[in-house]
Amino acid sequence: MNLVLFWSASFALLCFVLGMACATVRLVRGATAQDRVLALDTFYINGMLTMLAFGVRSGTSVYFDVALLIALFGFVGSTAMAKFLLRGEVIEP
Amino acid sequence: MNVDIPLWAGIPASILLIGGGLISLIGSLGLLRFKDFKSRIHAPTLGNTMGAVCVLLASILVFSSIQQRFVIHEILITLLLFITSPVTSMLLMRAAVYRARRQRGEFDTE
Repeated sequence: MNLVLFWSASFALLCFVLGMACATVRLVRGATAQDRVLALDTFYINGMLTMLAFGVRSGTSVYFDVALLIALFGFVGSTAMAKFLLRGEVIEP
Repeated sequence: MNVDIPLWAGIPASILLIGGGLISLIGSLGLLRFKDFKSRIHAPTLGNTMGAVCVLLASILVFSSIQQRFVIHEILITLLLFITSPVTSMLLMRAAVYRARRQRGEFDTE
């Protein structure tokens, strides 16, 4: 059973890495600035899922903290960038 | 992984991992292939919600059977994603609408 779980976690890792590659292509090509911010949003979500799949694959719960931090800081980053695109400043007086 | 995972936890966890990976990949492919921003913003929400929930459920199953007790701290990430992902999407869409109107020159007073 462990072997099946190991290989399905490896398959999930492959899918997430391909998703990160798609987001990278959109980040480089992106027609407008908001496309690039959306690509970065997808990129951090896929990176967080990669960390969780690593945790399932290796059986340690250390990666959970990494995933939580990536989710937190990714949200802060993409919200700040979206707010910057909206008005030109992040924190309005 | 030195503890043997029972069958009732291993099979659903494997199915959830494979399904979550495929759903997230489909969402990211949609981000790559759609034509304009207003249709592109729909695609990655699939990976944000369904893919994340599938992987987190698989993680809960695996760690609960490894440690022989309920491990549900992965729900924290699910809650965080469910609260924060609509906020980001809404701000991005507002920014896109505002920038499109500014490009057409509707704000001449500025």
